[in-house]
Amino acid sequence: MTQAEIKDKVYDIIVSKMGVNKDQIKTESKFSDDLGADSLDTVELIMELESEFDVQIPDEDAEKIGTVQQAIDYIVSKK
Amino acid sequence: MAQERKRIVITGIGVLTPIGLTKEDFWDSLFNGKSGAAPITYFDTTNFATTFACELKGFSADSYIDRKTADRMDPYCQYAVIAADQALIDSGLDLKEIDPLRIGVVHGSGIGGMTTYEQQFKTFLERGPRRISPFFIPMLIPDIAAGQISIRHGLMGPNYATSSACATSLHAIMDAYMLIQAGMADYMVCGGSEAPITQMSVGGFNSARALSTANDRPQQASRPYDRDRDGFVMGEGGGSLILESLESAKARGAKIYAEIVGVGATADAYHLTAPHPEGLGAVNAMKTALKIAGIAPENIDYINTHGTATPLGDLAEISAIKTLFGEHAYKLNISSTKSMTGHLLGAAGVVESIACLLAMQHQTVPPTINLDNLDPQVDLDVTPNTPKKRNIEYALNNGFGFGGHNGSIIFRNGASL
Repeated sequence: MTQAEIKDKVYDIIVSKMGVNKDQIKTESKFSDDLGADSLDTVELIMELESEFDVQIPDEDAEKIGTVQQAIDYIVSKK
Repeated sequence: MAQERKRIVITGIGVLTPIGLTKEDFWDSLFNGKSGAAPITYFDTTNFATTFACELKGFSADSYIDRKTADRMDPYCQYAVIAADQALIDSGLDLKEIDPLRIGVVHGSGIGGMTTYEQQFKTFLERGPRRISPFFIPMLIPDIAAGQISIRHGLMGPNYATSSACATSLHAIMDAYMLIQAGMADYMVCGGSEAPITQMSVGGFNSARALSTANDRPQQASRPYDRDRDGFVMGEGGGSLILESLESAKARGAKIYAEIVGVGATADAYHLTAPHPEGLGAVNAMKTALKIAGIAPENIDYINTHGTATPLGDLAEISAIKTLFGEHAYKLNISSTKSMTGHLLGAAGVVESIACLLAMQHQTVPPTINLDNLDPQVDLDVTPNTPKKRNIEYALNNGFGFGGHNGSIIFRNGASL
């Protein structure tokens, strides 16, 4: 999977779970401040990433994923 | 004793039912004797003893609630939130003018998020515990509707759910009434909702032998008081009322649907699911409500019965009415609007209370439909098949739940206040 494909998929997950439009998402967007995620939204987002990309994201790693770019980078590093 | 109590009135109505998603459409269907039953579309009914129910028709949560918020609510919670929205708008209350601590919510559900439970349990079985949604618990619990309504409108007064099976929302109304009388709030949003048309719930009620299995004629299946009744037809939806003191309603020039003049709550203390054969708990609930109202049984014009169309339940309630009302039982109009809406379980009490309010407003008793052959043991006027013009000053609503919970509320027509 290329980095562009990963980015596309991450954006799709955010759109489906966060109730935002694709054009509202930027790579530097913070899940909490910019995309309106609360603590439960964030847990769900991490679970969706795990499920979609078939990876395990331990809690200590999940805590470091605060922006869209960090999510993409994390998935790329595991693939 | 009644003069010392604060008088409580209803100034807002919100309702979502299988026969109407607004109070206007709901009344129109009640008046026209429309059935909400049809084959179930929510799941594959192969191997189910019952294959039909009263689903909400033409309903989409997205037209009321933004998608992300709606996705984090079980359907039962969506129904509650939408009914409460309607009721608040209908009341004309300006929430910006009210101290948020003085307005609360009591909104119940008999079951809670059954759809959510089934979906998440399936996920757990197929994919393991780590795939259970973080929203599972807050979507499942039957009190979350009250919480969601408070968050949506910033209502910081008393906030909780009642749960007493099919008497749930009657008890919610009673609690709201008592909270205002006790001085804990000035305004209350109260009611209940239910979304029970799921595989486990239909299967479970089938196993309890509670549901009609007239699969070849869904629209004729809910037939309270008819000789050929064979159980209730499941329905879904929600209802919500705005309560405040008579003084407050008059001061702000609000439209007053009715005064809640009496409430009664008792237990059968008899059996898990079967009613007391002579309706003893029901007699006691109605008697308490009359006593609190300070009126004689002869004052009641209309009773919207629990009347689910189970063979035992219908007769027990009729027996209770005859015991309490004596000769006047034969002068009353009685009807079971469940013949049209189906049985909305935890939402039944509030939806049928709304039927009483609309009946008073229109001075018309809604019918009991599907009465082809009246059960010979039922010799009261159950308003068969067509609505009846009648001046209704006092209406009584009954609701009884598994567990032997009974509730009765008496409303006085708001037009005379």
